[in-house]
Amino acid sequence: MDDFINMTVERSSVQLTKTDFESDQMVKWCPGCGAHAILTAVERVFPKIGYRKENFCMVSGIGCSSRFPYYVNTYGIHGIHGRAAAIGTGVKIANPKLSTWIATGDGDSLAIGGNHFIHIIRRNVDVNILLFNNQIYGLTKGQYSPTTPMGKVTKTSPQGTIEHPFNIGELVMGAQGTFFARVPDNNINLMTECMFEAAKHDGTSIIEIMQNCIIFADKAHADVTGKEVKDENMLVLKNGEPMLFGKEMKKGLRLNGTRLEVVEIGKKGATIENILVHDQYDQDPGIHNMLAKLAPPHFPMVFGVIRSAMFPTYDDLVQEQIKYAKDNSKIKCVDDLLNSGDTWEIR
Amino acid sequence: MAKQKRNVVEEESVVVKFVGDSGDGMQLIGDMFSEVAALSGNDLATFPDFPAEIRAPQNTIAGVSGFQMHMGSSKIYTTGDLVDVLVAMNPASLKSNLKWAKKGATILTDTDAFDDKAIEKAGYKQDPLKDHSLDSFNLIKAPMTTLTKESLKDMGIDNKIAERSKNMFALGILYYIFNRDLKSSFGYFEKRFKKKPELIGINKVVLQAGYNYADTIEAIESVIHVSPAKMKKGRYRNITGNTGTAWGLLAASEKSGRPLFLGSYPITPATEILMELSKHKSLGAKVFQAEDEIAGICSAIGASYTGSLACTSTSGPGLSLKSEAIGLAVMTELPLVIVDVQRGGPSTGLPTKSEQSDLYQALFGRNGECPVIVIAASTSENCFYYAYEAAKLSMEHMTPCILLTDGYLGFGSALFKIPKMADMPAINPPIAEANDPDFKPYRRDPKTLVRKWAIPGTEGLRHRIGGLEKEDISGTISTDPLNHQKMVDYRNAKVEKVADFIPKQEIDGNPSGELLIVSWGGTYGAVHSAVKEIQQEGKKVSHAHFHYIMPLPKNTGDIFSGFKRILVCELNSGQFVNYLRMKHPKHDYYQFNKVQGLPFMINELTEKFNQLLEEK
Repeated sequence: MDDFINMTVERSSVQLTKTDFESDQMVKWCPGCGAHAILTAVERVFPKIGYRKENFCMVSGIGCSSRFPYYVNTYGIHGIHGRAAAIGTGVKIANPKLSTWIATGDGDSLAIGGNHFIHIIRRNVDVNILLFNNQIYGLTKGQYSPTTPMGKVTKTSPQGTIEHPFNIGELVMGAQGTFFARVPDNNINLMTECMFEAAKHDGTSIIEIMQNCIIFADKAHADVTGKEVKDENMLVLKNGEPMLFGKEMKKGLRLNGTRLEVVEIGKKGATIENILVHDQYDQDPGIHNMLAKLAPPHFPMVFGVIRSAMFPTYDDLVQEQIKYAKDNSKIKCVDDLLNSGDTWEIR
Repeated sequence: MAKQKRNVVEEESVVVKFVGDSGDGMQLIGDMFSEVAALSGNDLATFPDFPAEIRAPQNTIAGVSGFQMHMGSSKIYTTGDLVDVLVAMNPASLKSNLKWAKKGATILTDTDAFDDKAIEKAGYKQDPLKDHSLDSFNLIKAPMTTLTKESLKDMGIDNKIAERSKNMFALGILYYIFNRDLKSSFGYFEKRFKKKPELIGINKVVLQAGYNYADTIEAIESVIHVSPAKMKKGRYRNITGNTGTAWGLLAASEKSGRPLFLGSYPITPATEILMELSKHKSLGAKVFQAEDEIAGICSAIGASYTGSLACTSTSGPGLSLKSEAIGLAVMTELPLVIVDVQRGGPSTGLPTKSEQSDLYQALFGRNGECPVIVIAASTSENCFYYAYEAAKLSMEHMTPCILLTDGYLGFGSALFKIPKMADMPAINPPIAEANDPDFKPYRRDPKTLVRKWAIPGTEGLRHRIGGLEKEDISGTISTDPLNHQKMVDYRNAKVEKVADFIPKQEIDGNPSGELLIVSWGGTYGAVHSAVKEIQQEGKKVSHAHFHYIMPLPKNTGDIFSGFKRILVCELNSGQFVNYLRMKHPKHDYYQFNKVQGLPFMINELTEKFNQLLEEK
């Protein structure tokens, strides 16, 4: 699958390993925090992607997630609250030869940085966004975020929140997102796979990582990803394969009219042929959007790469316009510009 | 119709203002008239004066659009206080602009536009062309709409197009009054209406008709001649301040070899910089119209990290939104040019009017100890050079630089002597070399305290920077109290040291005396003209106009020591004078302030100077 990797970014001439990306800084996330697993996945996937180590650039905003650049040995810029997407946009437009990664959280990208988040997606700037969704503000010690479930008691919602949370996948699709994946923080292999897929994808890739904040929102995702329930409540997508889940892999998703339904193979006439086959490359986001919205109790939550559709990237279009202008304009240098249009000589 | 024999009156300088409804094409004829003046060798300055609304209701005061130009046979410093020739295309424009007309000024009107409804809408009780209220002016009453239609009768042009061409009729009359060659504008038509060739003929006919009309009427007693100005030899063009700013940034990019990135959000009166740069992709400029002001500056910071000459352009409200991000650029010690084309504030304020009231914001408007370089352009033509200087200082000193211009400079235009890129000063950003074994993100040049610019992609320089306080040299996160003190001191000292690299403050007039006039930024033209006037009366007044504000030129205190009194003139409530009181406290400062969204008038300045001189 290496063949699909974008060739704009220069590749490393030697095989890199995890240690090439390990930083000398002490990792200061709480013990047991889901972020540690994300860091491991990144250190594993970067050498696998195969770019020169100098060509990775890690950008972040503010929050627990955003300390990430200090913990990987790449070029990195730790920004200000909510602005990682804007900074990352500048990095990628200015230098398309950098593989640009953004580490951010649900507060950083969906509250204070919501505007930049939807616009980077709409433009399809070729960056990879790791969105740590722990459904809480961790670094400020436990206030509700835009993904906190309604009714949840937090430090700023002692009677329970009265806000409807965002579904990140739906938001991404609404902003015309071209890539969306969802992963739990307790499955490093799936995380690594999705990160690799994100690197392969030309355009803005969003990976929602359902991360556990052990201090302020412990087990927030346990109803879905917990050991006892995950077989019944998680459906991991594979491109080209039927959407099956359950302990026996006998349950699946079927399209009934305009809606999805859960069926059990062998029951009520359902056969494997009825089960929807995943096409992550479908340009039409209709099914992808339906998949992103599914949640227990009536449905499993869907994981893996939900959408990876090919559309032109903003940074490629910028380069194209510059090339066209360079090829077609009479103005080749600033002296030409200064002397263009109406000028006259005074002797 | 008999041709008239006219007297020719020689004038050193003349101010002409074109006013009419926003759809009347005043900007166009203003532009054309300016071009002809420039081609005739006059020096000139222009300023468009349009309403904040795109199309306010017809024939109302709110819908008046204007274009003022000042031309002369010597150096022109301002767009002129009062108007010698006023072209008023409807009652509302006459009503709102008559106060700017000089005593005895020539007023040219389209009588067809003065119907009862329009007169009433403008707020007149009776027809001002008939009630003798304009008797002290040289009033030319021309039925321009009728005559325009008449002139196009044979061409089968419909009335709507004919009516829209009446501005050319007015321009034809002016060409006659100023004895300009009509043909010099024919080329302009051919260029401008390339895609609508039928308009070329129409405009030529109407322009000629206006000229012929003027030749036959008696109301024009004399024609005015303005001799060519003595200007330095060289190639010239017309340039607005905003275009100059955009080109200065392009020039700095080419000279430094650092690709240009502009991240901006549209805002009056700075938008033209964004629009202008987006036209120049052939020079490699990457222009990003962001989703908001914050994304504008943050994308620029991202681009700066990767080694671009990164810029963001805005006006006061946008600068407020960018404050936090400027702090990030200060902390990360990255170059960044922030252009603030000032307008009237606070809040939305007066978007199309000009003020100098963002100085405090530029100097102090951030959290923490957060110094940046602040410089200011002073004329429409030197916006080019100060934008270039802002980029040079910012890159060479690895620190953000705020360039202050204003709406008057930005929209206004002036003649610009075209420089050669080879003559522009070198720009040498401190770029770190690949695999430099001594590289540390926050290791500084001991002379300038500047850190190296290590560009992502370069082998052997991987590093992280960010908004958290950094340990000296290593650049790792540090909350150590003494380290913080040290880094705060470094960042301050680094900006103060820029004073070693900027020119000394110049003084116009004697280096010592009774009164020093101090000004900064966009007021140069008016203050300089007022000082000249008073110097010619033999009074001992000198003038120091500041372009470098943070840091101030090193000799500032020495200059101030030579004068008994210092009068600081600025278009705010006293921001520069208070800054000077803080930086150079031992001097006796007086202040002259105006916050009306309008520039200084020369006579109000001379009056103030005289008053101070007499006070003794």
